[in-house]
Amino acid sequence: MYEGAVQDLIDELGRLPGVGPKSAQRIAFHLLAAESADVGRLVSALQRVQEEVRFCVTCFNVAEGEQCRICRDPRRSDDVICVVEEPKDVVAIERTREFRGRYHVLGGAISPIEGIGPDDLRVKELMTRLMSGAVTELIIATDPNLEGEATAAYLARLVAPLGLTVSRLASGLPVGGDLEYADEVTLGRAFEGRRRIDA
Amino acid sequence: MWVRHLQVVSFRNWAQADLALRPGPVVLVGRNGEGKTNLVEAVAYLATMSSHRVATDAPLVRHGADQAVVRAALRRGDRELLVELEINPGRANRVRVNRAPLQRPRDLLGLVRTVLFAPEDLSLVRGDPTERRRFLDELLVTRTPRLAGVRSDYERVLKQRNALLKTARMARGRAIETLDAWDGHLVALGGELLAARLRLVADLAPHLASAYAAVAGEGAVTATLGYASTVPAAGDGSPRPSRGPSGAAPVPALPDADALPDADALPDADALAAALRDRLVERRADELDRGVTLVGPHRDDLVIHLGPGPAKGFASHGESWSLALGLKLATFALLRADGEDPILILDDVFATLDAGRRAALATVARSAEQTLVTAAVLDDVPEELRGVRVEVGGGAATVRDGTASDGGGSDGSVAPSSAAGAPGGGPEEEGR
Ligand SMILES: Nc1ncnc2c1ncn2[C@@H]1O[C@H](COP(=O)(O)OP(=O)(O)O)[C@@H](O)[C@H]1O
Ligand SMILES: [Mg+2]
Ligand SMILES: [Zn+2]
Repeated sequence: MYEGAVQDLIDELGRLPGVGPKSAQRIAFHLLAAESADVGRLVSALQRVQEEVRFCVTCFNVAEGEQCRICRDPRRSDDVICVVEEPKDVVAIERTREFRGRYHVLGGAISPIEGIGPDDLRVKELMTRLMSGAVTELIIATDPNLEGEATAAYLARLVAPLGLTVSRLASGLPVGGDLEYADEVTLGRAFEGRRRIDA
Repeated sequence: MWVRHLQVVSFRNWAQADLALRPGPVVLVGRNGEGKTNLVEAVAYLATMSSHRVATDAPLVRHGADQAVVRAALRRGDRELLVELEINPGRANRVRVNRAPLQRPRDLLGLVRTVLFAPEDLSLVRGDPTERRRFLDELLVTRTPRLAGVRSDYERVLKQRNALLKTARMARGRAIETLDAWDGHLVALGGELLAARLRLVADLAPHLASAYAAVAGEGAVTATLGYASTVPAAGDGSPRPSRGPSGAAPVPALPDADALPDADALPDADALAAALRDRLVERRADELDRGVTLVGPHRDDLVIHLGPGPAKGFASHGESWSLALGLKLATFALLRADGEDPILILDDVFATLDAGRRAALATVARSAEQTLVTAAVLDDVPEELRGVRVEVGGGAATVRDGTASDGGGSDGSVAPSSAAGAPGGGPEEEGR
C-alpha cells in the first residue's frame, strides 16, 4: 500500500480492462516520473473525452456532438445497416473500405451469464430504425463467437417479419475471436461473402 | 510413444525433478507420500491437461509457488517431441511444442497420449455418471482433437442457457425469447458430441469384452457397454448388439471395428441434432420449471453391463475392480489399434490386485512401449516389470538403470540445477 494519492491512482488504473495490479503500479510510477507536460496532455485528453465525446443518438457509435461522423455523412447509403457489438468494431469495418452504409452499435452481445439480455442492448432502437422504411438490408456483424452468434440468431428472428434482406458475415473469420482482431483483408472478404439468413 | 526425459518445476511436492527414462517398464518406488504419483500425474497432465485426482489446477502448484512447469521430451518412432507446459491456476496455461508456442493451450490435446490406471478408477464403475462422461470425453478428444473445441463450446452454451433458464421466471423482459438462439448451438454441438460418443462406445466395446475376459479369467461373464441418453435416439443404455454368436465365449478383440455392419448403423450428428431438438421442445416446459437444461450429452451416462445386467449397484468389489481395469486396458488397446502405443501409467495398483489380475495387467504392461509404474515396495511389482527403477524419496528422484549404457553410466540421476529455468537446458539436450 502506498500513500493516499498514489494508491488512489493505482486503484483507478487497476479498474481498467486488461490492467492487473502489477501493470497498474508500473503505469502509476511511470506517470509519477514523467514530464509534467506529458501528464498534462493525458489529463486533458481524458477530460475532453469526458466532456465532448458521447454516443451518437442514432447509431450509438462514439460521437462528438449529437450524431457521429458516419451518420452525418450524406454520401453514405441509408439502405443498409450493419449491426456491431462495440464502437471498436465500427473502426475495424471502416478500415476494410467495403461498407458504405450506416451502423448500429448494440453495446455488447447477449450473455445470460453476465446478465445481458436484449433489453440491455440497443435492440429496441434498432427496431425503430428498421421500421422507418428507408432500410432494405441488415448486415449482422456481431463477433464470431458463441455469444455473437446467439445475438445474430436472435436478431435475425426478430426482424424476420419486416421482410428485409438479412445477412451474416461469411465464415472465415477466426472463430471464437473478436471482430476487431481480424485483419482488414479477412474482414473485407467476410463482408463481401456475407450470406443471407432466412429466419 | 515414450517419455525420454521428464522435468518438473514447482509441481506438487517437487521443487524440481529431472528424470532420464527409457522405453519399457519403469518403476517408481519409494515410501508413501514421497511424490511418486505426483510425477506420473505430471506426465498424464500433458495428455489431458487435467489431473485424475483433483478438479482444479491450484493443488498441482507447489505451496508457495505461483506456477508449475512440466517439460517432457517424448519419442514417437524416430521423432522427438518436446512439450513444455506452464500451469497457471486461474489464468490460461502456456504451452510450447518443439519450442513453438501454441495459440491455444487446448491445441496440445491429442498429441501426448497416456492411459492411466489408479485406485481412483473404481469410481468409473461405482461413481457418478460425471466420471464416466469425463472418461469418454477425454478419450474422444485424445483420438479426435478437434472435439476439444466442440466440448468446450458445448459447456459454454450450456452455462449460458442455464443462466437464462434460471432467470427466465424472474420477468426479465424479452430475455426468454433468446432461448431459441442458444438452442441452435446446443443442438448442433450436442449432436456432434453424441455422435462421437456413440462411435467411441461402439469402438471400445469389443476391446472391453476381451480385456475383461483376460482380467477376470476363464468362465467369467461378458462385459458389454451401452449408452443411456436423455435423447432416446442415442440409446437407452442397453448393451449394443453382441457381435459374436450369443452365449458364446467372450467376444474377441476386433481390430477392424469399422468393418462391422452395426458400426455403420449408428445415427450421425445431424440425425442426433434433430433428435435433440425434438426432445428440447418436448421438455421445454419442464426446463422452464426447473431452470436447467434437462436434455443433452451432459446428462447422459455410459452403462457398463456384466452378463445380463448393469454392473453399477450389482457388481461385487472384485468385479468392479476388474471392470475398471478392463476399461483402462480396453482404452489402451483402442489407442494402440489407432496406430501408436500410449504411455501406460499404473499408479499404485499392483498391491490391491489378486494374482490373476496382476498377471493379466503385467502382460499388457510388459508389451507396452513404455509403462510407468508406481509402488511403495518393489515386491509389489510383478517381476517382469522391474526394469528401470526410479528411487523416490527425500525430495529426490534417482534413476537406477540396471541396463544402462547411455553414456552417463548406470546412475541416471541428474543434477537438480542443470536445467531448471534456462530455456537452453532441459530435456531436449539430453542424448543429442
Ligand atoms: N501443491 C503441493 N505442494 C506441496 N506438496 C504437495 C502438493 N500437493 C501434494 N503435495 C504433497 O505430495 C505428497 C503426496 O505425493 P504423492 O505423489 O501422492 O505420494 P506417493 O509417493 O505416495 O504417490 C504429500 O506429502 C502431499 O503433501
Ligand atoms: Mg501414490
Ligand atoms: Zn451514428
